[in-house]
Amino acid sequence: MNRFAELLDRLAYEPGRNNKLRLLTNYFREVQNPDRGYALAALTGALSFKHAKPGLIRDLIAARTDPVLFALSYDYVGDLSETVALMWPKTPLPPRSGGEGGEIGHNSPPPTTLTEVVTTLRTLGKTELPKQLTRWLDELDETGRWALLKLVTGAMRIGISARLAKTAAAELGGKDPHDIELMWPGLTPPYLDLFAWLEGRAEKPVNLDPAPFRPVMLAHAIEDTDFANLDAADFIAEWKWDGIRVQAVSGRDARGNMLARLYSRSGEDITKSFPDLLPSLYLQDSSNLEHDASRKPLHTFRHHAPFAIDGELLVVRDGRVQTFNVLQQRLNRKVVSPKLMKDYPIHLRAYDLLGEGDTDLRTLPFAERRARLEAFVARLDDPRIDLSPTIAFDSWDALTAARKNPASAGAGEDAEAVEGVMLKRRDALYLPGRPKGQWWKWKRDPHIIDAVLMYAQRGHGKRSSYYSDYTFGVWTTGEDGEQLVPVGKAYFGFTDEELLRIDRFVRRNTIEKFGPVREVVHEPDQGLVLEVAFEGLQCSPRHKSGVAMRFPRINRLRWDKPPREADRLETLERMLKPGATEAVAEAAGH
Amino acid sequence: MTGKNRRNTPYITDMRPQDILMPVATGLCCKPGGFHIDPVRPVERAVITHGHSDHARPGHGAVLATQETLGMMRLRYGDNFAGSTQAVAYGEKIKLGDVTIQFHPAGHVLGSAQIAVSCKDTCIVASGDYKDAPDPTCAPFELVPCDVFITEATFGLPVFRHGNAADEIRKLLASVALFPERAHLVSAYSLGKAQRVIALLRAAGYDAPIYLHGAMEKITRYYENRGVALGELRLVKGVKKADLAGTITLAPPSATSDIWTRRFPDPVTAFASGWMRVRARARQGGVELPLVISDHADWDGLTATIEATGAGEVWVTHGQEDALVHWCKTRGLAARPLDLVGYGEEDEGDARPIGEDAET
Repeated sequence: MNRFAELLDRLAYEPGRNNKLRLLTNYFREVQNPDRGYALAALTGALSFKHAKPGLIRDLIAARTDPVLFALSYDYVGDLSETVALMWPKTPLPPRSGGEGGEIGHNSPPPTTLTEVVTTLRTLGKTELPKQLTRWLDELDETGRWALLKLVTGAMRIGISARLAKTAAAELGGKDPHDIELMWPGLTPPYLDLFAWLEGRAEKPVNLDPAPFRPVMLAHAIEDTDFANLDAADFIAEWKWDGIRVQAVSGRDARGNMLARLYSRSGEDITKSFPDLLPSLYLQDSSNLEHDASRKPLHTFRHHAPFAIDGELLVVRDGRVQTFNVLQQRLNRKVVSPKLMKDYPIHLRAYDLLGEGDTDLRTLPFAERRARLEAFVARLDDPRIDLSPTIAFDSWDALTAARKNPASAGAGEDAEAVEGVMLKRRDALYLPGRPKGQWWKWKRDPHIIDAVLMYAQRGHGKRSSYYSDYTFGVWTTGEDGEQLVPVGKAYFGFTDEELLRIDRFVRRNTIEKFGPVREVVHEPDQGLVLEVAFEGLQCSPRHKSGVAMRFPRINRLRWDKPPREADRLETLERMLKPGATEAVAEAAGH
Repeated sequence: MTGKNRRNTPYITDMRPQDILMPVATGLCCKPGGFHIDPVRPVERAVITHGHSDHARPGHGAVLATQETLGMMRLRYGDNFAGSTQAVAYGEKIKLGDVTIQFHPAGHVLGSAQIAVSCKDTCIVASGDYKDAPDPTCAPFELVPCDVFITEATFGLPVFRHGNAADEIRKLLASVALFPERAHLVSAYSLGKAQRVIALLRAAGYDAPIYLHGAMEKITRYYENRGVALGELRLVKGVKKADLAGTITLAPPSATSDIWTRRFPDPVTAFASGWMRVRARARQGGVELPLVISDHADWDGLTATIEATGAGEVWVTHGQEDALVHWCKTRGLAARPLDLVGYGEEDEGDARPIGEDAET
């Protein structure tokens, strides 16, 4: 447990992705089975046990410490698990005067292992939990206790994605993380077969999952200069919908039962978040149904055909595709309530068909897959699943016009949920990753505003000596007249050379310091104007300005522009009105 | 160690402790002895516990301190830092006015002392900054039985337990082994902590050259001159970036977030301090490798020391006074916070954020 705690501790402070990978891979190399397998499970969120409530942790510490000292400590540290981990006394509360408390663990029991913690928690009854936790807290050190409490309360949050943990495991054997992603649904902790394969001691584990994830094919961003070498006749174009890319897969398990799963584009199983889509994924094979029409259908024996659709998850209300802002209401929810499902009806827009029945279609050219997809969706005839329409065009000019105005080029009322155009070669096979020259994405131009730099914060890792995170604001009329209100934060989009210049500007124009943050001069005639590009805007009561930007980045530095000429909050507010987005984008300088 | 239990000795005969030592704006004042302990403003006669700049300031008439503390003051403030000086050895007794003072090792940094002030039957120990943990760079803390114990409370909360410093050094060395292409930059206070970290690295078997920020050179050389062996030390100035891969450099906290760090290949920023125990503190400073190594007593050290002195009364100063005063009271000890201002600014009792850069 202490080694795992040490890993978590180090990961929590390490900002660099490659360094995190190194720490993780090193852990998998140094630590034995089954501990490392349970660690991988913990990092990928694959462990399941009833989490301990904060109330229980409070009770445990109350039994051991003086309430005043606990209150002062908690107030100072600010985090319950951390406070308890740090102040947990090795000895029970001693009597008020004199006398020695009994030292616990004097006969040095073997140190608590991660395996012991995980396997015990799986089977432990609720009433036994306090005693067991106390025993572990007595045995572990500060970092060990911290990790234990994070684990049992289910609040790890150390900035590691499941994908990163799997990539680190793959590196142990020099394997492609895609391979792990493919077999992952068929694996169970502590992944002895996986590690055996990674260390060259066994064959590759076979994914027996009847509804497996298939590695996703991605597109390159197209540049203006690319078109000269491309022939419009070789491509099929469709809208790039602004939702979440998913894979909907159904299959039959060993007993012949159908099951369906929804995966994110990284292979994460997100089925539980969208139960309302699930019935649509159990396709009734219509040919069989017709065949059986003469017989009385038996509900215990239904005919289904396995399939795999690549598509976009969208919210569709009254036949209209909603923007990403609306879809966001359905994301990262712990509980999916009936009201949520009713208010935000989920919908699958199909881009591609990767498999049908027992046939893998990924080796067919896109044009053929597309034809099969059209037939498939028609046969499916389900209001929750439809076809992503293609865009008719005979030249790049025609497509340019369509991209500029999706509403009049077929997207109609759904145009606001379009974030650009996708170009796919007619002969493109479905290849994992981002193969060259096969698929292109041509995003809508970003929104642009001129904002004023207000605060700068030092970056992390390589950028720790540079002021590289910028909070910027726009003008508004407040109680004290014209003032700047912060509307966003950006930390990329500039070159290394520009970073040096901004850094110098920040150091020379600081008006106040707050730890790693500096307030930078921002007067009408003094300050730095940043041209900020962003993808979208949404209302946000959490921000003082009332708006939050999606994907903001620094587009250009306007050393030439005085801050008084920067944009106003009203410009942003107008963007929030439905239908106004395009017009405002034009007005803002496209 | 406590010869007799002073807790039960009625010491209040003709003089109350506060008549012997009393907190005033200038610092802790001993009227019957005619001196101040660690005064924050110039006074006629000052008794100095140790060389950190919040305790040892220039401009006093006469200064009494250990040889090392005087040496550090001279290093910092030049030869004329005081009207006159007197070096006092540990254990030496000196009569000042109506009182006798005696210096005892405080285990905080090289030359640090607790000052026992005795007047008639009453003994007060002003411990300055102290730690009861082992430190290869200074004399170990000596327990002094007394009636009134004046304790610091820098880490006066039960969340502060410093653990074994050698374990933290192992953590640092493991990181150096795992990232041989990166430089490790260890932030440490120039006086005391830096030298202790170097000595601990040597004790752990690390024998490669250790690099120093220029601001640490003088004081580190002073340690060496006083007989503290630190192995091969090099200044980082002028060394090529590529040559710093896989090395360890000690730098003052103000330097590690400064543009100065751009000379290092992808540096891992470590910070050796008791504050690193609290994650929010470490994260706030952008520290990637917190090392819990402190030159102050932790909670267990503070409470154990208070008990062992046998003092019936405890005065608590600079730090988390509330928690320690509360603890004393639950133990039946008379305790009160001592409102002294101006301490905890140089050493790790720093109130300023560690990110303040010098722009050089």
